Amino acid sequence: MDSLLNLLGGLLLVAGASFLFLGGLGLVRMPDVFNRIQAGTKATTLGTLLGLAGFACLRPEWGLKLLLIGLVTLFTNPISSQVLARAAHRTRVEMTLNTTVDRLAEDTGEEA
Amino acid sequence: MTKARDLTTLFATLFLFWLLLNGSLAPDVLAIGLVVALLIAILFRGSLAVLSEFRATPLAIVTAVGYLIYFLKALLQSNLQLARIVLSPSLPLTPGIVKVRTRLQSRMGRMLLANSITLTPGTLTVELNGEWLYIHWVTVESADIEAATASIVSGFERYIEVMYG
Amino acid sequence: MVETLIVIAATLTGAAFLLALWRFLKGPSAADRVVAFDGLTIVSITMIILIAFVEGRGIYLDVALVYALLSFLGVIAVARYLERGF
Repeated sequence: MDSLLNLLGGLLLVAGASFLFLGGLGLVRMPDVFNRIQAGTKATTLGTLLGLAGFACLRPEWGLKLLLIGLVTLFTNPISSQVLARAAHRTRVEMTLNTTVDRLAEDTGEEA
Repeated sequence: MTKARDLTTLFATLFLFWLLLNGSLAPDVLAIGLVVALLIAILFRGSLAVLSEFRATPLAIVTAVGYLIYFLKALLQSNLQLARIVLSPSLPLTPGIVKVRTRLQSRMGRMLLANSITLTPGTLTVELNGEWLYIHWVTVESADIEAATASIVSGFERYIEVMYG
Repeated sequence: MVETLIVIAATLTGAAFLLALWRFLKGPSAADRVVAFDGLTIVSITMIILIAFVEGRGIYLDVALVYALLSFLGVIAVARYLERGF
C-alpha cells in the first residue's frame, strides 16, 4: 500500500517531468535562439523544482540536500540563460522573421 | 559599524549553506562550518560583498517570503503560458527585445531582478547596462519604455527594493 | 501505483532529453547548440536523482549537486568564448 505522501511525490514527479518534456519540445519547436532559451529555461526550472519536491516527498530524509540542489538550480538556470542570450545577441544570431522590435540592436548601433 | 554587519551577514549566509550541504548538526560538523565560514567571510569579504547586501531587517525578511510566493506564482504562470504556446500548432509569437529601466541600485538587487524577469511570463533578460535592462519578450505588448517597465519590472521591484535597495 | 508514476516520469524525462539532443545535433548556430546543451544538463540532474532514488543511494545526490554547479560553469565559459570568438 502506498502512503498519501508517496502518491503526492509520484504525482509531483510526473508533473515535473511533463514540464521538462515541454521544455524539450520548446527547444525543438521555437523559431529562433531567444525563444528557445525562453522555453528551455522556464520549463526546465519549474520541471526540476517540481521533480525535486516529488523526490522530497518520496524520500523525506533527502529533503535538505534536495532543497540545496533546488536553490542552486533556481539561481544558476536564469544566469546561464541570460549569459547565453547575451552571447547570442552579440554574435548576431538571426532572430525570427516576425520579431517586432529590437531596442538592444538600436542602442548598440548595429544594423538590424 | 556597517562593515561588522556586512561580515555577519556574509558569515551567516555561508554557514547556512554549509548546514544545508551537510544536513547534520553534529558538533564536529558545526565546529568546522563555523571556522571555515568565518575564515572565508574575513578573507573574501571584498569579493563576496554581493552576498552581504541583503538588509537582514525583520521587514526585509517578511518581504523575502512575500517575494518568494509572488515569484513562484509567476514561475507557474509563465510555464502555463509557454506550454500553451509550445503546444499550439501555429506557435502564436510576437517576439522582440524591449528596453526597461530599474530603480534598484545594488548589484545583488539588480541580479535578483534580472533572474526573476528571466523566469517569469514570456520575458528573458538579454543585457544589463546600468539601470537599463534589455528584455526579450515572447509576446511584446508594448515597446514603450514606461509601459514595458510597468508591466515587466514593477511587480518584482516592489519587493526587491525593500530587501536590497 | 507509485512505481507506475515513476516509470511515466522517467519516460517523459528521457523524451525531454532526446528532444534537447535533437536540437543539439541540428543547431543551426553554435548558440543553439549551447542552449540545447544547457537544457541537456538540466534534464540530466533530474535523471541522476531518479537513478539515486531507484538505486536507493543518497550519495548520488552529491553527484547531482556538483554536476549542476560544474555544468553551470561550463555553459558560462562557452558563452564567454562565443562572445569573443566570432
